[in-house]
Amino acid sequence: MARVSEVKNGRRKMSLLKTISSTLRFLAQTTLLLFWSAMSVWASEPTGSSSHGTNIFAPASTPAKSIADLSIFVLVITGIIFVVVFGLLTYSVVKFRGRAMGASREPAQVYGSTQIELAWTIIPILIVVVLFLATARVIHAIQDAPEPAGAIEITAIGHQYWWEFRYPKLGIVTANELHIPVSGPDHPAPTFLQLLSADTDHSFWVPELAGKTDLIPNHPNRMWMDPQRTGIFVGQCAQYCGVQHAKMLLRVSVDGPEEFAAWVSAQQKPVIEDASAIAGRRVFENNACMNCHALGGTPADGRFGPDLTHLMSRATIAAGAAENTHDNLRLWIQNPSAIKPGSLMPAMKLSDADLDAVVSYMETLH
Amino acid sequence: MSSNVITVPVGQTEARPWVDELHQWLTTVDHKRLGILYIVSALLFLVIGGVEALIIRTQLMHSHNNFVSPQVFNQMFTMHGTTMIFFVAMPVLFGFANYLVPLMIGARDMAFPRLNAFSFWLSFLGGLLLYFSFLGGSGLYGAGSAPDVGWWSYAPLGARAFSPGHSSDYWTLALLVSGFGSIGTATNIIATILCLRCPGMKLNRMPLLVWMNLVMAEMVLLAITPLSAAQIMLLIDRYLGGHFFDTQAGGSAVLWMHFFWIFGHPEVYVLIIPCFAFMSEIISVFSRKPIFGYPVMVAATVCIAFVSMSVWAHHMFTIGMNSYANSFFTLTTMAVGIPTGIKIFNWIGTMWGGMIQFKTPMLFSIGFLFQFLIAGLTGIMMAASPFDWQLGLSYFVVAHFHYVIVGGILFALFAAFYYWYPKITGRMLSERLGRWHFWLFLIGFHLTFDVMHIPGLLGMPRRIYTYEPGRGWDTLNLIITIGAFVQAIAILVFVANLIISYFKGAEAGNDPWDAWTLEWSISSPPPAYNFATVPSVASRRPLWDLKHPEDPDSRYE
Amino acid sequence: MSAATTSFPNTAPAWDLPSRGKVAMAGLIIAESAIFTIFVVAYLFYLGKSITGPTPSEVLETPIFYTICLLSSSLTIHLAAKSLERDYRRLFLGLWLLTIALGGLFLYGTAQEWHRLIYEHGLTISTSLFGTTYYSLVGLHAFHVTAGLIMLSVVAIFGLIGRMGVSQSDRVAVLSMYWHFVDAVWVVVFTVVYVLGR
Repeated sequence: MARVSEVKNGRRKMSLLKTISSTLRFLAQTTLLLFWSAMSVWASEPTGSSSHGTNIFAPASTPAKSIADLSIFVLVITGIIFVVVFGLLTYSVVKFRGRAMGASREPAQVYGSTQIELAWTIIPILIVVVLFLATARVIHAIQDAPEPAGAIEITAIGHQYWWEFRYPKLGIVTANELHIPVSGPDHPAPTFLQLLSADTDHSFWVPELAGKTDLIPNHPNRMWMDPQRTGIFVGQCAQYCGVQHAKMLLRVSVDGPEEFAAWVSAQQKPVIEDASAIAGRRVFENNACMNCHALGGTPADGRFGPDLTHLMSRATIAAGAAENTHDNLRLWIQNPSAIKPGSLMPAMKLSDADLDAVVSYMETLH
Repeated sequence: MSSNVITVPVGQTEARPWVDELHQWLTTVDHKRLGILYIVSALLFLVIGGVEALIIRTQLMHSHNNFVSPQVFNQMFTMHGTTMIFFVAMPVLFGFANYLVPLMIGARDMAFPRLNAFSFWLSFLGGLLLYFSFLGGSGLYGAGSAPDVGWWSYAPLGARAFSPGHSSDYWTLALLVSGFGSIGTATNIIATILCLRCPGMKLNRMPLLVWMNLVMAEMVLLAITPLSAAQIMLLIDRYLGGHFFDTQAGGSAVLWMHFFWIFGHPEVYVLIIPCFAFMSEIISVFSRKPIFGYPVMVAATVCIAFVSMSVWAHHMFTIGMNSYANSFFTLTTMAVGIPTGIKIFNWIGTMWGGMIQFKTPMLFSIGFLFQFLIAGLTGIMMAASPFDWQLGLSYFVVAHFHYVIVGGILFALFAAFYYWYPKITGRMLSERLGRWHFWLFLIGFHLTFDVMHIPGLLGMPRRIYTYEPGRGWDTLNLIITIGAFVQAIAILVFVANLIISYFKGAEAGNDPWDAWTLEWSISSPPPAYNFATVPSVASRRPLWDLKHPEDPDSRYE
Repeated sequence: MSAATTSFPNTAPAWDLPSRGKVAMAGLIIAESAIFTIFVVAYLFYLGKSITGPTPSEVLETPIFYTICLLSSSLTIHLAAKSLERDYRRLFLGLWLLTIALGGLFLYGTAQEWHRLIYEHGLTISTSLFGTTYYSLVGLHAFHVTAGLIMLSVVAIFGLIGRMGVSQSDRVAVLSMYWHFVDAVWVVVFTVVYVLGR
């Protein structure tokens, strides 16, 4: 019977050429991509010695390091599996391509082989057992780590779209930018976070410091980290929480012991009254700002928005959406949608004079 | 000559008025026509979902881009995911099941033709409901539009308080309605396979495609229903003041996650198992050998069906379950990789010693094999829950599941299209356009989804409408976007092939691929009644037995 | 035309496969069981977690009588199906109508209970977690009872106009599978809500 798939000599050569070229092209592509991606992983480290990136393979803290080590182990094993199966696949595709054939010639019809099938069932089972045991150890090491006596305790509360940080034992309330002490083998100073949420689900992810853990309302969570290097570590919310999920950034400043102590004592102080900014303070009090925001030591104790007592100690505003500059602050208060459309801060629609005054006041909040 | 086929010569039937033809299609209960309706509607939604993807990728091309607003972006990724899973993947697979299962078991139609039609139209209505949200989602306060809660609608984001207007309601209702359609189709498939097989076709002689659709249908019954239950609960919360997922009243957001993923994980196996079916049929025919290890393929599929019901919380590794729960789900997730991996070996075993014909269906199948291997391995990586604490909720996951869905499911679907299009329409698809389609799509796919793993490793979370410039994600995202557009061009080539070949393709005849299952014994396209006389089979490859009477399969089974 | 389209040698005799109605109903029952399971899980999970409102032990009264009604309706429908198989049409009709009456009585009992809960104890679906999960679970079941009663009534009408005979006994068997399922669900719901939950 005539079959559309009948192959003539000329077509057979084409098919052979195509097969070789297809394999080569695939290999070339993959190699190039792998090379390129390796380069880009290296290249992605941002410049500046104190500023770190978000590369999960550049861990700076014990949980992140345990994860990275386990990950390399898993990658090696899966890599070996890949090479073996990829090799078998490529071999079978190349070796067993159909030659020119008469309509009636078919290859030997093999239905199966119990021994082979048993082998390729047992070996994967063993691999899974090994992987599982390695993984279970790391799970317990990270999740069930006991909290030592001197650990820094922070309560992180997720909001749409900012982070509230409280240090209950130190009497500090701040927002969006975390300061924690550096930890070392001779002076361990881990930080333990309790994770809560005021509204929807969020996730705390600073890749170089720890794996992510979610902040879920009515479901307190716990995580810890002990950064071994000082500097700024960045991350962001990783669980979709609404319109401005993308701009709920995290900035963790890991400080040496002196800097951390200085920061703590500065944060513990209430608002420093500055006579030159009294007009701005009046604007703040008269325009319902205190319904949402708190200023330590003043009647303003709103909890709906970030605590502003030490606003000027932060490098960014709006959870990292903008640098903390005069112009940005002004724009943010006047029209938050210009910076972060969908943020829950309303546009205050102040007059220019009032706006300037309140910004000047904000700029005294060190 | 006595034959199972009665062909009516072209030109002897009167051309019908188009209204009549349309009416026939709208009221059909023929499984073949319903199959085509499923497939065509899925292709329409594929194009729409694809446009949504291109919008997403254009916005993410570089940091701080302004192509669309955050609101629109969030709607795009929600609609893209929901459309692709519920209104592309499920319908197209149901469509192929509808078309092929009765033919492969020698039946006249599905067990319940009218239920079949009802299920299709329910499914289609669900799709229309979802897209109507663009118009009707505003509600009284202009507060909503298309849903923007992600395709999982995690609690409490889906609650009235955080999703005002009706956008979430359209999402919920669309899925509820199409879910009932899916349950109808699944029941139909099971009843057809168990009750309408032709004489001689014992369960262990069914083609693998039939087996896999049986397993898939049973999974649908157990997987879709938890989602339906959760949707009903969400509606009770939103409309009757219920507190199922109301954390302020003591409710649990985590409960929604459990219910959703008890659906969500088996769902992805519901999607991939019919694709295993396509691969088993196609690789076998184009290697010119029977499938290697048929009983184990069946056993592995059933095993996957059971084990996959116990892995769901690997989508929840970051939510703070205790270490024992995390360890348990790590173990089960890795375990489900075993029967899945075995199948790859069986397909290699099928090709081994064969005479591989590199027609377009086989090209896509080979692509599937390479890509499904990689997808499975990245899945194993994320099964290790600490690794998932970094990789989860990042672009690594997005890369992984697109590798499965596009690199696996879509490639298998393309193979199925090229393989069965001749049977459905009577014309061959153009091999030349097919090769263009394959290579363009392969290049675009790898450009996008190979590279996409890297931003995940570099800390890029998912579902963000923009990102910071200093993180090293810019160039990678640009390449990903370029790949997306290459894939779009390939899809256009595919659609062009479908349309052009319908009018100009070479005539297929009954059996263009020299295949072995019952559907190739009747004309292309098949007559309305399928088989003039009920076939009777003695082995797994009845046409092999007929073509090789000196060496039939029945001797070896 | 290829040689492969010759007719198949008749190698296997025609055979008996399961009835498609029964298989489909079994499929539906499996699917519905999964839905009920989720609602039962929610109920059990939220036991004792309500912040406000009355507790189960304060307000729930075990509906023993109406439960007996529903469970005996399983017996009557079974007997009805059996009589139809033997073409005892009058007996079938009588038992069938009795089944409907018992089912209707059960629904009346549920309605009565809800009336008492709402008006005497102020427990509604929006009161608390208990209210939400209780009304949803019991309500879902009552919905299925209602759907069943509608189908039973359709059959009753056919019976009253003399159209039910032995050739309908297969379909009646399928319908009675559904009714048995509804009763089995009630056993579970009853245990969870009125026995365990209090």
